[in-house]
Amino acid sequence: MPTKVIVDCSTGVTTEVELTAEEVAQREADAAAFAEIKAAEEAAAQAKADAKASAEAKLAALGLTADEIAALN
Amino acid sequence: MANTYTAIETYTATSSVATIDFTSIPATYTDLLVYISARSSLNTQAGVKIQFNSNSSAVYDIRNITGNGSIANSGVATSQNFGYDVSLTNPANYTANTFSNGYIYIPNYTSSNHKSFSVDANAENNATLADCALEAGIWRNTAAITSINLSDLGGGNFVQYSSATLYGIKNS
Repeated sequence: MPTKVIVDCSTGVTTEVELTAEEVAQREADAAAFAEIKAAEEAAAQAKADAKASAEAKLAALGLTADEIAALN
Repeated sequence: MANTYTAIETYTATSSVATIDFTSIPATYTDLLVYISARSSLNTQAGVKIQFNSNSSAVYDIRNITGNGSIANSGVATSQNFGYDVSLTNPANYTANTFSNGYIYIPNYTSSNHKSFSVDANAENNATLADCALEAGIWRNTAAITSINLSDLGGGNFVQYSSATLYGIKNS
């Protein structure tokens, strides 16, 4: 069973206890929720990168040089 | 301008632990600061889950900017059950024996307003890929902060030698 450390700032006493079943379930739920957040962020970043690459390709097709395209960034 | 820093408590893991809780935090300071140096038992870059007063209600909002050596990104997460920062831990597949380096700053932690917090953190890896993040967050709760709960957000453990130190800061 995973453990947690409780550092009591009023006494300076540190104790280590096992997580309860409820805490373990919450931890798993939070990890799953974060995985969704992270996946969404990564998808958004990838979509942004793809759009940028597409825009740069279209500008190049119009005759802009690489330096000119870079100057727009 | 803060002019006094007092180390309230520090903890260094002697073995793997899932959560570090600072409890019974005295209300005698103006601000709080938690310095964290941590490494996860998992390979995934998940980071640290931050909760105040063990509150897991959907009242945490964050905005961040991140970079990892190849991609710069920004993110918004609202009404979450926790605050988090992805760079507050090193994943297990980063260079052996390296740890993250970062802090959580919490001003006016005893006020009756919602509590803001900021995070500045970077993971360490002797390679091109290494995450860093700046973050602003808010905990939409008016209670004074009396405990800070830090967990490995990926569901893993903080490995041995991971550490966290809680400082109290007075403005006079």
